Amino acid sequence: KASKVLSFYGLTTPPYDIDALEPHMSQRTLEVHWGKYHRDYVDGLNKQLENSPLYGHTMEELVKITYNNGNPLPEFNNAAQVWNHDFFWESMQPDGGKMPWGGLLQQIEKDFGSFDKFKEEFVEAALTLFGSGWVWLVLKKKEKRLTVIKTSNAVSPLVWGDIPILALDMWEHAYYQDYKDDRVKYVNTFMNHLVSWHAATVRMARAESFVNLGEPKIPVA
Amino acid sequence: KPINSQFELMPPPYSLSSLEPYMSRQTLEYHWGRHHRSYVENLNMQVTGTELDGMSLEEIIIASYNKGNVLPAFNNAAQVWNHDFFWQSMKPGGGGRPSGVLMELIERDFGSFDVMLRELKLATSTQFGSGWGWLAYKANRLEVGNALNPRPSEKDNKLIVARTPNAVNPLVWDYSHAYYLDYENRQADYVQIFMDKLVSWETVSARLEIAMTRAAERAREEEKQREEDEDDMLDSEAVEMYLDSDNDDSEPE
Repeated sequence: KASKVLSFYGLTTPPYDIDALEPHMSQRTLEVHWGKYHRDYVDGLNKQLENSPLYGHTMEELVKITYNNGNPLPEFNNAAQVWNHDFFWESMQPDGGKMPWGGLLQQIEKDFGSFDKFKEEFVEAALTLFGSGWVWLVLKKKEKRLTVIKTSNAVSPLVWGDIPILALDMWEHAYYQDYKDDRVKYVNTFMNHLVSWHAATVRMARAESFVNLGEPKIPVA
Repeated sequence: KPINSQFELMPPPYSLSSLEPYMSRQTLEYHWGRHHRSYVENLNMQVTGTELDGMSLEEIIIASYNKGNVLPAFNNAAQVWNHDFFWQSMKPGGGGRPSGVLMELIERDFGSFDVMLRELKLATSTQFGSGWGWLAYKANRLEVGNALNPRPSEKDNKLIVARTPNAVNPLVWDYSHAYYLDYENRQADYVQIFMDKLVSWETVSARLEIAMTRAAERAREEEKQREEDEDDMLDSEAVEMYLDSDNDDSEPE
């Protein structure tokens, strides 16, 4: 009578209503992109892990382990895409866009010259990405600076030890419904209306406890 | 005056609405009229004034693939070729079953038409990210650099199913922009409809004939080359033997 209880990874819900990003990202896009693609990655991963010793890791660990130093295990694509999508949904908010502030803005100005220069680099990276992939703002641990990078298919900067601050999904399923081939408009809309600088600020604050971004200021007395 | 060989956007061999309802006019307007067009335009910009200028599309693809270290023009050149090939792979009222030599080879190499179909579906559903699924005639060649395979195997000179990422080509599915407007995430439906209603088996048969002829010609040429090489070798061995016997003569007995 008592059936075996299995707990698997679940599909995380975006931190806003499914129509909350309208008109910049339509409800239909969320229904398909989150409700179908993202769900398929989760289901696919759970199926792969059913009898696997890999089960039980956090998603971040799983992404790193299955990347296997650049010789990815079969679970990598699903694991990384689950993590990437969770991160992407949380990189946006209704009424987002505008400007970052405080320490994050200072760091952007230090590493890119100005906020506009950062935006230019981010948009350029998105438009020159060939095929499916992602554009990221990351804090490079060793170089101790913010950098824009692009990755192919499921690859996430986690695998190189970088700390992601923002992600933009450049797979066609992310924008085709709303923008068709107009990637310029999609990327600019993300920047001007969707990106959550709140989320980025929180991530940056956490990142700072792993990376020394300047001369340490030791408190006196 | 520099010669500018500009590539042109080749129209599909049917009207944009003639694949309805399986592939909508809107999909063709975007996929052919915009995506395909921008590959052509970008290629023309990239090629102008470079050493690739004046080459045929196939030559550019091979030169810019650069044995795996791809040059910037590769993606656009290969996507232009892939799309031309893709449009010609379909026709209004397509689908059904192939016949003749093509069907015989499919049955010989896959066991049955349905097995081939299953393999194609599997190949495309496991293509992660953007890419293409192909039905290809594999000659006796290695996959890398089209080198002659020194160890011919039973996989040579037969039909195979292959999938390739992004722009790489060795024939017939596409990025999600090929099906997203009509099928959203239902990729399996798209593939099924492609096989049932769109694929042009006449075109496929004609291509197979060309491929087999070419492979046979190449095999004959290589056989001839080998014979000539062997003759050369025999000749040089003969010379050496002569010298040896010369030496033998000079040796004291």
